[in-house]
Amino acid sequence: MLELRDVNSFYGKAHILQDLSFSVGRGEVVALLGRNGAGKSTTMKSIIQIVRPRTGSVTLAGRELVGQPSYRVARAGIGYVPEDRRIFTALTVLENLEVGRQPRRDGAPVWTVDALFELFPNLYERRNRLGKAMSGGEQQMLTIARTLMGNPSLLLLDEPSEGIAPVIVEQMAHAILRLKAQGLTVMISEQNLHFARVVADRAIIIESGAKKFDGSFEELAAKPEIRDAYLAV
Amino acid sequence: MGFFIAQLLTGLANAAALFLVASGLSLIFGVTRIVNFAHGSFYMLGAYVGITLMGVLPGVLGPYLGFWGAIVLTGLIVGLAGALVEIVVLRPIYRAPELFQLVATFGVILVIQDLALMVWGAEDQMGPRAPGLRGVFRIFGEPIPKYDIVLICITPFILLALWALIAKTRLGVLVRAATQDREMVAALGVNQRWLFTGVFALGSALAGWGGALQLPKGGADLLMDFNIIGPLFVVTVIGGMGSLPGAFIAAVLISVLNVFGVAYLPQSTLVLMFVVMAIVLIVRPYGLLGKEEVAGEHGQSGAPETPIRPFGRRGRLAVAGLLLVMALLPLVTQPFALVLLTDIVIFALFAASLQFILGTGGLVSFGHAAFYGGGAYAAALMVTYAKTPMEIAFLFAPLGAGMLALVIGWFCIRLSGVYFAMLTLAFSQLVWSLVFQWRAVTRGDDGLIDIWPSAWLSGTVPYYYFTLVVGVLGILFLRTVIHAPFGYALRAGRDSARQAEAMGIDVKRVQYVAFALAGALAGLAGGLFVFAKGSVFPTELEIGKSFDALIVVFLGGVKTLSGGIVGATFMAAVEDWLTRLHYWRLLLGLLIIAVVILAPEGIVGSARRLGLRLGLVKHTEAD
Repeated sequence: MLELRDVNSFYGKAHILQDLSFSVGRGEVVALLGRNGAGKSTTMKSIIQIVRPRTGSVTLAGRELVGQPSYRVARAGIGYVPEDRRIFTALTVLENLEVGRQPRRDGAPVWTVDALFELFPNLYERRNRLGKAMSGGEQQMLTIARTLMGNPSLLLLDEPSEGIAPVIVEQMAHAILRLKAQGLTVMISEQNLHFARVVADRAIIIESGAKKFDGSFEELAAKPEIRDAYLAV
Repeated sequence: MGFFIAQLLTGLANAAALFLVASGLSLIFGVTRIVNFAHGSFYMLGAYVGITLMGVLPGVLGPYLGFWGAIVLTGLIVGLAGALVEIVVLRPIYRAPELFQLVATFGVILVIQDLALMVWGAEDQMGPRAPGLRGVFRIFGEPIPKYDIVLICITPFILLALWALIAKTRLGVLVRAATQDREMVAALGVNQRWLFTGVFALGSALAGWGGALQLPKGGADLLMDFNIIGPLFVVTVIGGMGSLPGAFIAAVLISVLNVFGVAYLPQSTLVLMFVVMAIVLIVRPYGLLGKEEVAGEHGQSGAPETPIRPFGRRGRLAVAGLLLVMALLPLVTQPFALVLLTDIVIFALFAASLQFILGTGGLVSFGHAAFYGGGAYAAALMVTYAKTPMEIAFLFAPLGAGMLALVIGWFCIRLSGVYFAMLTLAFSQLVWSLVFQWRAVTRGDDGLIDIWPSAWLSGTVPYYYFTLVVGVLGILFLRTVIHAPFGYALRAGRDSARQAEAMGIDVKRVQYVAFALAGALAGLAGGLFVFAKGSVFPTELEIGKSFDALIVVFLGGVKTLSGGIVGATFMAAVEDWLTRLHYWRLLLGLLIIAVVILAPEGIVGSARRLGLRLGLVKHTEAD
């Protein structure tokens, strides 16, 4: 449903994504792997159009996204969860969810505040707390829940396990598997190979903004040289 | 007792309009991060539109519905005007540096001023009385206008309504979210363009309502826009940017203070509110209910700065050639041309000093005229009261202005960004009101006269040479500072304060010194000015003067010292011709807006880019 073709993105003069191409099928959970600075976050941002690719195309169900404002991309059904969480610290949990609320979409799971509280019970207890009064793990749950309020058909998760206690990472993995069971398509960027293997069907490895591997985790396990060259294990 | 309560009630009634206008400014700033200098213009527009509607509607709808309907409708019309300004002027420049946005809103002020002049004429207009509220209530024997009581009663409801809008509605949630992180709000599917337009329209409507509501107590005139900027910024700074209850408390505080000031200290009404502001800021740097600003973390990003380099050999030769021509000019030109050239050199020095603090220091000072006029007054006061000879009195211009900058800088440097800009503006208004109202010393708007240079410098030609030498030395001094380690430290602090501090640079201290330096050089220009004209008036300290310099620096190009100089020359030459036209403000305003949108690098920057493209300028030799 998502397809990137020869995407080139820049920060000023720095050429970050170099002819990056891959696709994500409906209902798939794909892990985008690579070292720090490999271009994982830029790939995500180039999909949601916070970073505008200079050339190439990004399509969702055949619809071109390059050049669209971010809010249109979001309304087309892409939910973006940024790496640094970016929750609204001066807003309560409920208000944060309200910002993310969008009308329901055909062919995508429908979310309500109650359903999200069931998925992340911690948030229910904290529902009237300000965003800044929450722990890192709770903020991470909130940012995912906030994005789900937009009823996306494709979820982009940028390093959800980063800097979070192992117990919470486990909860997160369960949540992602539940989302998958509901038929949501997920693309997740990770440095944590173990976590990626638990939740994802397929791995894409990038290095210096170019694709180095695209295949199942079994294939990846059969090629330790790739893992050693491009992943910090 | 009765008198005391009467004063209090008058102050509370006056607070209504001020609060409405201030809350609009606060709201707009919170979401768009733009300090809308044209906000006072929407207040003025509200007053004029209100008068017109109050003349028409009561005939159609009857006196009561006509009057109150006119007020409601005024806000809606002014809100629409605000939306138009947002769409046309601000939308293209949300990602531009702060200064560009501020200058663009200043362009809007000029345009609205002339449009108001065209439509409503230059005469001040009296506001109509509110129907059924013409008389007074007797409270403790003191007469209180009925309309005042009505205003006092409705203001809390306006506060409540605004608070509910912000705290309880989806719009309010989105507004608060966008205040923190616009990019993320967009990534969540919110069309922030319309959110911005809506907020700007609402903020403008509030200003319009403020203008219309005060009509029965006052009226409409063409100075309303500038006159409210001082109190408006004071209220916003005292209350805390972005805080509605803060704006309310501060509006009440300032209005009540003003009324008592008029009653007990009539000589110091203007100064009083700035003194209160200064006290509040010492205790709470971000205002009573404000929070520390961490602006620019997400969402706003300007283009990376290209490092500036000193002129190469070719550039230096050109400057030397130009100076030679200027030195030889008295041999061939008329005295009038020399007077104009003297003005240009003075203006160029003033603009260069502002460019230094603004471009190199990254500190957007909106009150630079305080130091220019302050320097002029320092020298003039010495001549007037101590009969100091010109040579010594002249030195007091940079000295006095530098000391003034040390005092003002002590308050301002602690803050940054828009707080800094508003604070410098408020302080310059303080200096202006001090000079304007302290007639015993400064002679108020009669000005200080008979301030002439010594015999050896009197006459157009000697003074022209004097100005040329002092002006060029001043500019060269600034250039040396910019390219010295101190200048590097200043730029480091501008580009990344945290990183600079991690490298051991005391950023605030460097900025403080630079601010004082810029003030001293502005004072030097002021000193040149006062002896050139033989007199000085409070106009040299006005907001308009600060804006002149800002516009000049902006037109020339913010990034290079030469920008200020080229801009000043361009402006001085064009102004002479432009001000002869009837609606020159309109033209200038449109020109400014066009430059902001189309050629944001200014004259020097655009010329340089053109030169690069045509191969006339090499990268290494530029600047």
